[in-house]
Amino acid sequence: MASRIFASISRLSSNGCITVNIIKSGHKLGLQFDTISVANNTRALSTSGRVFQEPQKDHHHHVNERHHNEAHHHLPNQCAPISSQLNFIEPSSIPRVPAYRVLNPDGSLNDDLDPTLTDDKIVSMYEQMVQLNAFDKIMFDSQRQGRISFYMTNFGEEAVAFGSAAALDGRDWIFAQYREAGILLQRGMPLKLMLAQCYGNKEDLGKGRQMPIHYGNRSLNFAPISSPLTVQLPQAAGTAYALKQRGEGQIVVTYFGEGAASEGDAHAAMNFAATLDCPIIFFCRNNGYAISTPTNEQYASDGIVNRGLGYGMSSVRVDGNDLFAVYAVTRRARHLCQHESRPCLIEAMTYRVGHHSTSDDSSAYRSADEVRQWEQEVGPLKRVYNYLCAQGLWSEERQTACLKEARANVIEALNWAESIKKLPVSSMFDDVYDELPDSLRRQRDELKEHLEKYGKHYPLAEHEGI
Amino acid sequence: MASVVHFRLLSAKFASLALNNISNRSVHYSAVSNNNTETQPCEKPNSLEEMTLLRSINNALDLALERDPSAIVFGEDVAFGGVFRCTKDLRDKYGKNRVFNTPLAEQGIVGFGIGAACAGSTAIAEIQFADYILPAFDQIVNEAAKYRYRSGNEFDCGKLTIRAPCGLVGHGGLYHSQSNEAFFSHAAGLKIVIPRGPYQAKGLLLSCIRDENPCLFFEPKALYRHAKDHIPTEYYELPLSKADVMEKGEDLTIIAWGGLVHVASEVVQMVRENFGKSCELIDLQTILPWDEETVFASARKTGRVIIAHEAPKTSGFGAEMSAAIQENCLYHLKAPVKRVAGYDIPVPHVFEKFYGPTKWKLIDAVEKILDE
Repeated sequence: MASRIFASISRLSSNGCITVNIIKSGHKLGLQFDTISVANNTRALSTSGRVFQEPQKDHHHHVNERHHNEAHHHLPNQCAPISSQLNFIEPSSIPRVPAYRVLNPDGSLNDDLDPTLTDDKIVSMYEQMVQLNAFDKIMFDSQRQGRISFYMTNFGEEAVAFGSAAALDGRDWIFAQYREAGILLQRGMPLKLMLAQCYGNKEDLGKGRQMPIHYGNRSLNFAPISSPLTVQLPQAAGTAYALKQRGEGQIVVTYFGEGAASEGDAHAAMNFAATLDCPIIFFCRNNGYAISTPTNEQYASDGIVNRGLGYGMSSVRVDGNDLFAVYAVTRRARHLCQHESRPCLIEAMTYRVGHHSTSDDSSAYRSADEVRQWEQEVGPLKRVYNYLCAQGLWSEERQTACLKEARANVIEALNWAESIKKLPVSSMFDDVYDELPDSLRRQRDELKEHLEKYGKHYPLAEHEGI
Repeated sequence: MASVVHFRLLSAKFASLALNNISNRSVHYSAVSNNNTETQPCEKPNSLEEMTLLRSINNALDLALERDPSAIVFGEDVAFGGVFRCTKDLRDKYGKNRVFNTPLAEQGIVGFGIGAACAGSTAIAEIQFADYILPAFDQIVNEAAKYRYRSGNEFDCGKLTIRAPCGLVGHGGLYHSQSNEAFFSHAAGLKIVIPRGPYQAKGLLLSCIRDENPCLFFEPKALYRHAKDHIPTEYYELPLSKADVMEKGEDLTIIAWGGLVHVASEVVQMVRENFGKSCELIDLQTILPWDEETVFASARKTGRVIIAHEAPKTSGFGAEMSAAIQENCLYHLKAPVKRVAGYDIPVPHVFEKFYGPTKWKLIDAVEKILDE
């Protein structure tokens, strides 16, 4: 039957390796592996300052077995050794979880790690990052000019979107928060469709009902973004459960910021996913701020990553400005989800370079120097640029041409989006239900009648009629 | 946020006024007066079985799981059969992957159900008491209700049904007694259904489960073991957004739903015997979107309307109906629309018999409205 192994973390070295002492059948063994392989090889439950490990297969069965065998400890509901030492576990006694890094800010490779992406792939990912960056700049300005009502940029978090999305299967479902537009570009969403959403014109898949940047796309398995924070997390767990039952190997990735992680839904979702064995990646973008609130006012712990352990999930922290590391970590996480049908947590450490949104002036709560440092010295684009140049795969000329093309693409789509009308006014009553109930039919007719009489007081010309 | 009280179901103490009527009466399916007969597919059932309300719900879930391999049933304690026994034996029959316990978190249960429905599975979630549905209010109102709309019909969670026991139970106090349908009636995109007996519960629940919109199905827990009915054992559905005119009448209309329908039914009989007046009795059945046509037709005919519900009066669903009736039927009305409802207080434990609409409060209202 399943054997029981107790292990304690005895040392965390500076390069992120953990030395683990494993005690099995009275014999003490020493093992060393990096944090990624911790995630891969164990289910870790922190109990009494120790790490309890159990085989992944058939772990529910194992849990029952455990209850039975541990009865002599007289400890309900928990497999824990007995101690005569009265010790609280102090957070300060636990080493900070290291962040996995492949690509250094200067473009060199950390510890000679392999980017695991082909040169062509890296170049095309970089081009897409530049495209997103250009899109953001133009859209931000267009909001400032009053052409769209609202916008949120992705500045500084481009590696999170492209690195993770590239590691997934296109059939995997995405539940995003709102600062993950890069995933849609990676999946091939046309710029025109994204602009149609921001303009709410008749080509918008969402039919002009939601605020700008609330994208959704059925054919790309990208669930519709909604403003309430963290609601997508338990939903994503439910989708993952349904996909698992269908058995077609798809997984779910849900993205959220470190601020959203404070919502109750985050707690519910992770606990559900872990107890119901859902193939889902919880991907946290820890960018230092939730609007004006810095992380030291958001949580008192070592970030989000260690919460995953509390729920019984494999968890890892990654340098979120490092395209290669985000890719590698997500690929490993996806493997865990698909082949072992269990959730995992990724915390990507990054920095929100832009304002929170077009309704926010971040200089009211942080310094311009701080922002400049992250943008220019360690930003995700700059890093890949340095790498590509060092490898002889990129040049200043190519950079100029790439930027020019990226801007031209956005301008073309923007001009198109502005020229398209909005849907007929009465379409605002559609899709509340699958069919229009009589009560809504009457309200729709009332509005029609009203507009026939008072239409000149309304911006009817923007719409394709009443 | 869940029950601290594990109910000893429906002790004798709770056999309140509300149930005098039904506990002695077994309603044969064909005796259920109904003007919607043409939409009821089970006029000639192959076999009938006497079922309590909870048994009929169990039977409906059984049929839903049997017919639809994507269907899952989940919530707190549903695996062993549920604290009210509504999911009894289902896990053994359909497996632990389809009938399972969740962690104790209502917002998680509903969010999880939305996600499963979004992916195309039929998700049947249970909230242990309607009183504890409020942690999921955000998921229900901001998410489930708006999913189809906000995505331009690219996505929907129409295959989600949320079941929750509701209503007074004799000794439920503040948090085992609530009827909070009105909170949700303000959220376009939801359907809200409350059955009055086993026949309606099975047919309406199966309709909710198959309906392409997220549905809240509130089960009057006071009736779980007391309401009995000979009902068809096979699959059938009853139409949503369709009120049931249980008795035809000329002098006065009484509208109620859930367990209160049975109190009203007794009142109708007493009014006939004591005052010689005929009441039209309407079981609204669906709170949202509600059957305005049937209600208005009755109000225009009788000119006098009483709406009864257990929930507090202020902003209760009776307020919506009353306003709509006066907007649409004013010149037919012979008296102001009356509401007999719970008081605007939490449901108090030892005072419960004084809190809600009783048959005496209803008769009092009938006397007054006939005098106007």
